[in-house]
Amino acid sequence: MTKPTAINVEGLGKQYRLGGSVGSYRTLRDTIAGAVSGAFSPKSEKKRAVVPTLWALQDVSFHVAQQEVLGVIGKNGAGKSTLLKVLSRVTSPTTGRVEMHGRVGSLLEVGTGFHPELTGRENVHLNGAIMGEKRADIKRKFDEIVAFADVEKFVDTPVKHYSSGMYVRLAFAVAAFMELEILIVDEALAVGDAAFQKKCLGRMDQAAKEGRTVLFVSHSMPALESLCSRVIWINNGTVVSDGDPRKVIGSYIESSNRDTGPREVGVYRNEGHRRGTGEVQFRDFRLSSDQGEPRSEFRMGDTIVAEVDFEVYADADSAVFNFNVVDAATGSVVTTWVGRREPKALSAGERGTFRIVLPQNSLRARRYYFNLGVASAFNNDMPFDIWAGGGTDFYVEYPEDLENLDLLVGHDSALVTLPVRTEFEIHD
Amino acid sequence: MTATARSDSSQTVVIEPSTGWVALKLGELWQYRELIYFLTWRDIQVRYRQTALGVAWAVLQPVLTMLIFSVVFGKLANLPSDGLPYPVFSFAALLPWQLFSGALTRAGTSLVGSANLLTKVYFPRLIIPISAVAAGLVDFVIAFAVLIVLMLYYGIRPGVAILWVPVLVAFSLASALAVGLWLSALNVKYRDVQHLIPFLVMAWMYASPVAYSANMIPHGKWRLLYSLNPMTGVIQGFRWALTGGEPPSEMIIVSGVVVLVLLTGGLFYFRRMERIFADVV
Repeated sequence: MTKPTAINVEGLGKQYRLGGSVGSYRTLRDTIAGAVSGAFSPKSEKKRAVVPTLWALQDVSFHVAQQEVLGVIGKNGAGKSTLLKVLSRVTSPTTGRVEMHGRVGSLLEVGTGFHPELTGRENVHLNGAIMGEKRADIKRKFDEIVAFADVEKFVDTPVKHYSSGMYVRLAFAVAAFMELEILIVDEALAVGDAAFQKKCLGRMDQAAKEGRTVLFVSHSMPALESLCSRVIWINNGTVVSDGDPRKVIGSYIESSNRDTGPREVGVYRNEGHRRGTGEVQFRDFRLSSDQGEPRSEFRMGDTIVAEVDFEVYADADSAVFNFNVVDAATGSVVTTWVGRREPKALSAGERGTFRIVLPQNSLRARRYYFNLGVASAFNNDMPFDIWAGGGTDFYVEYPEDLENLDLLVGHDSALVTLPVRTEFEIHD
Repeated sequence: MTATARSDSSQTVVIEPSTGWVALKLGELWQYRELIYFLTWRDIQVRYRQTALGVAWAVLQPVLTMLIFSVVFGKLANLPSDGLPYPVFSFAALLPWQLFSGALTRAGTSLVGSANLLTKVYFPRLIIPISAVAAGLVDFVIAFAVLIVLMLYYGIRPGVAILWVPVLVAFSLASALAVGLWLSALNVKYRDVQHLIPFLVMAWMYASPVAYSANMIPHGKWRLLYSLNPMTGVIQGFRWALTGGEPPSEMIIVSGVVVLVLLTGGLFYFRRMERIFADVV
């Protein structure tokens, strides 16, 4: 039996005006100047002055059953955010119709309406009210919210004194505890440390099990895969694929790597997580264990093997490959490698694989991603191809038997652990 | 797949393109009344945080203005003050005036100031200017207590007419909201408005009987024209409610009609512009 519909989207379209006043406000002078010059210009010219428009969404239709967790993926600028804005009723569509059954709450940003001068307690109440929660309900759940966010000691401190982590945790907690039937979430999980991200994912999973419907936009493929029962992929404002998470995500990643594919070489392009001039281009990226089995989750101490295929479109006498590993939550670079000492001579038509092995990784439990790059050794400013995140992410967990690992596990804010040896001497 | 299959009788939201004039949906404001309360409360909470004098500012602002007025207009210009001590005469007018001008200024820039809310979360947009207007009430109440003390000092006892004060306060807020709705919606599109507001407020003050008495305006068509300014009725009414004399009924009626027209127009204009707020702000 089919479950009742929670969200039904039919032929949704959103048009934006571009041109003179691209996405910004006008001044009265512009309008007056426009009207004056319009009045004095011949008709033929007026016709040409049509405001250029852009369809950020076009004929988007899908429906979400109750209790379904729907993931939305797509490149930056594909229309995901616009879709969320329309569904959250922040902006109104140009065409089409959406029907939503149940109380809708959207989390397009964590901590909307938080005021730095107000205390944690005051902000929880304010934020709840902004999201349409009744005062009595917020009061009832207050302790739970604060406990979830782990800020009990600071509830009466103005949030401007909070660390960014505390701020985000508190903001997410308010949203997570709202009694909503439909939850719209945008990348809210890209923040916070691994432990908190896990908590959030767990909370959303629980929300779905409690019978809530979740619409979740994210760039984190592992999160989408573990959480969603269905994924839609949006490109250029339309739905290109809709179905099983693994399949849709698989074809999305494949295509996003192909998208930058064979093209005019020598022209610098910058598209989402890929940019470069295209003499050498990356293709498929794979992560595996040292046994060669594909994986995206590792334990600290495991060997991580990353491989990326590349194709050569124009001769490059001295191509230099490099990579870095980035902490996904903070953007800090954890380790980096530049192959400046081993430039490769590549000729057009060649294909190859660049393999990176991180033996016995000493990474803390978190989400990371690889940045990959290939450039000429003589011109670092105009790389052939840079692949910055987007399908290159992986998780690291602590091993079950921490004690037996010959690594230092200390304060959790450290980025890496290093092999150490400590000795004691007692002098009398 | 039908609506009847739903176990709980939760609400259904329909999102459709909106064009042209739309319904006011004032009922929705009632659903969100707690948000109005919270946003107003936030404005009040934040206003005097991290100030050395705190709430004392609510008293200092009108008192200092009153002192300046008393010296410049009362002593130097020697303006007539309807038989009242000039400090009481001007303070009784400054209270509704500052309530109005503060509310107008805050409401006028409220939408742009809340851009982060507008682009991230849905709620009836009217709430923003409404709570901006309401946030001036606490300051007003504090300053009102000072006025009573001042009156007692001069030996003036308010009569029963003081019961009209809440009505006049509501009138003053409605006037501020009426104009604030227009200004805030226009400010989203044309930022010129925020530069215009200080001049508008200044000119408006001289067009209102704050420093002088409305009785200086000759009767007849000039008086009628003068009464088109809703603050004329409010301020004269306020003086009358506290210190007695002839009630300015005629002025209040004219002002009332003007406010009603402006407010209705403002509400519809606001609702019409609402759909582009998030895209333009």
